Amino acid sequence: MRVYLSVFGCALRRYSGYRAATAAGLFTNSVFGVINALVLLAVFAARPQINGYTAIDAVTQVYVAQALLGPVDVIGRPLALAERIRSGDVAVDLLRPAHPMAWFLAQDLGRAAFAVVFRSVPTFCVGLALFRLALPQEPARWAAAGLALLLAVLVSFTLRYLYALAGFWIGDARGVTALAGTVGPLCSGLVLPLVLFPDAVAGVLRALPWSAMVQVPAEIVLGKATLPGGTVLGGLAFQAAWAAALLALGALLTARAARRVAVQGG
Amino acid sequence: MEAVIEAEGLGKDYTVAEGPLPRRRRRRVSAVRDVSFRVAPGEVVGYLGPNGAGKSTTLKMLIGILAPSAGRVRVAGLEPVRARTRLARRIGVVFGQRTTLWWDLPLRDSLALTRHLYRVPRADHARRLAELTEVLELGPFLATPVRQLSLGQRMRGDLAAALLHAPEVLVLDEPTIGLDVVSKTAIREFLLRLNAERGTTILLTTHDLGDVQRLCRRVMVIDGGRLAFDGGLAGLHAVAPSPRTLVVDLAAPAAPIAVAGARTVRVEGPRQWLELNGNPARVIAQVAADHEVADITLREPDIEEVVHRIYAGR
Ligand SMILES: Nc1ncnc2c1ncn2[C@@H]1O[C@H](COP(=O)(O)OP(=O)(O)O)[C@@H](O)[C@H]1O
Ligand SMILES: [Mg+2]
Repeated sequence: MRVYLSVFGCALRRYSGYRAATAAGLFTNSVFGVINALVLLAVFAARPQINGYTAIDAVTQVYVAQALLGPVDVIGRPLALAERIRSGDVAVDLLRPAHPMAWFLAQDLGRAAFAVVFRSVPTFCVGLALFRLALPQEPARWAAAGLALLLAVLVSFTLRYLYALAGFWIGDARGVTALAGTVGPLCSGLVLPLVLFPDAVAGVLRALPWSAMVQVPAEIVLGKATLPGGTVLGGLAFQAAWAAALLALGALLTARAARRVAVQGG
Repeated sequence: MEAVIEAEGLGKDYTVAEGPLPRRRRRRVSAVRDVSFRVAPGEVVGYLGPNGAGKSTTLKMLIGILAPSAGRVRVAGLEPVRARTRLARRIGVVFGQRTTLWWDLPLRDSLALTRHLYRVPRADHARRLAELTEVLELGPFLATPVRQLSLGQRMRGDLAAALLHAPEVLVLDEPTIGLDVVSKTAIREFLLRLNAERGTTILLTTHDLGDVQRLCRRVMVIDGGRLAFDGGLAGLHAVAPSPRTLVVDLAAPAAPIAVAGARTVRVEGPRQWLELNGNPARVIAQVAADHEVADITLREPDIEEVVHRIYAGR
């Protein structure tokens, strides 16, 4: 366990070195947030309520989403693992007396922890400064929002881990990454809150794991009844279930991949 | 004595897929065939062979990241693939072309991490780190991000990372590739010292005859996946006497030089290559007496040549 804590620490220090990238990300999040919010405000000017969402709800979701974008990689940017599988450096990862998935998870949590402080918080503050946002009143919901963030990070990591692992079977995961780059933002509720989709489509998208990264955390902040099970607890359970399922799948496929490398060479 | 590395009838076939997806064909490539050897504790063994001979494939089977297609292998009494993690705690591995260090962090951070990775007691780790820092002269760049290190410095860092858990066996795949002479020498001297002081068993692949001459009492030569030679360095020279080459730069182009003790094998303008079979000093003196010479260099045979001669002689 100590080793994963150290990996977490290393990753944290590593990302704290990327100052320019962090500033650029923060700028992008803020600008996209403004554009996205203005578009939605125009939409809601015509209709004050859509599927239980008000303009304030929609703009809040925009800034929750932009704040999440640092720690939660919705776009599915490839983990370092993807390139390591392609180049064969993954041999070194298999040589460590550590579980590869736990190793890369610890790294991603380090990255996320840094991003929460230096991307999420400032981005959300920009939103608060520019727009009226709907904030949770009870401390319990703030705690729930924090937990939702952690679970969203877990889901995002596992998805990207699985995209990267695909490289073991198809040789190069870049195609998967490109596809994920479209699917992620669309299905998570980043591009548009899922409430604005036709009911049938929204119903399907809400059941998929991507919604655990933006839509569900946003509705937990907003305290919406559209959450799975109609409650904040239901939303958290939905996220936790996907995180657990994907982590289990990741562990299973890691064992398969290691066996495959052992048999076929990496 | 009980062997620390034992390979018997070791073989590896790779399956390679060829062609575009719908009509992809599978072909089996035999990378290592029927390789058997034993390495006793404390030995330093050079594992040589031309590119694609099967050196890395053999090493990967020894360290447990590749399952043999045939034969059996034991390292430190363990079956590598089955006991990969346990074995990892007892051996050190360095791939010259891959690094285990954190690219963006100071070297010190990667070295600190190995303490938890290998569960080394704090005091032992501190003591070994101090020792390694001294003998590998890591001090000046412990605080430097790994991406800013020279190849030689990075290699020394990787060696330290592989040795902080005091493994009984060290496996090195081309540890001196791409290094300058000074770095090569530093690494060779370090490995000699490690072997002499700790009795660490070392198995290394290399393309550099200098590595072999300085480090290895025993060499194994692999070519086309088969073991072609296993014995002392002297035996290697006896099996494949490889002449040294004299490269002579004349002041002006001339007819091939005729001199006792050497045979001119190549002429390119004013430069001529002479294969030595006699006393080099006498040949050099004679060439200098007969011709106006701008420069003369004596070239050692490289490993590819030695290996090819072993095959030519069979
Ligand atoms: N993962 C792999 N898949 C298919 N063929 C491989 C793989 N790795 C190595 N080979 C082939 O096996 C042979 C031996 O390779 P290798 O052990 O890397 O040689 P060396 O280390 O001596 O240069 C080569 O012909 C190489 O092309
Ligand atoms: Mg090799």
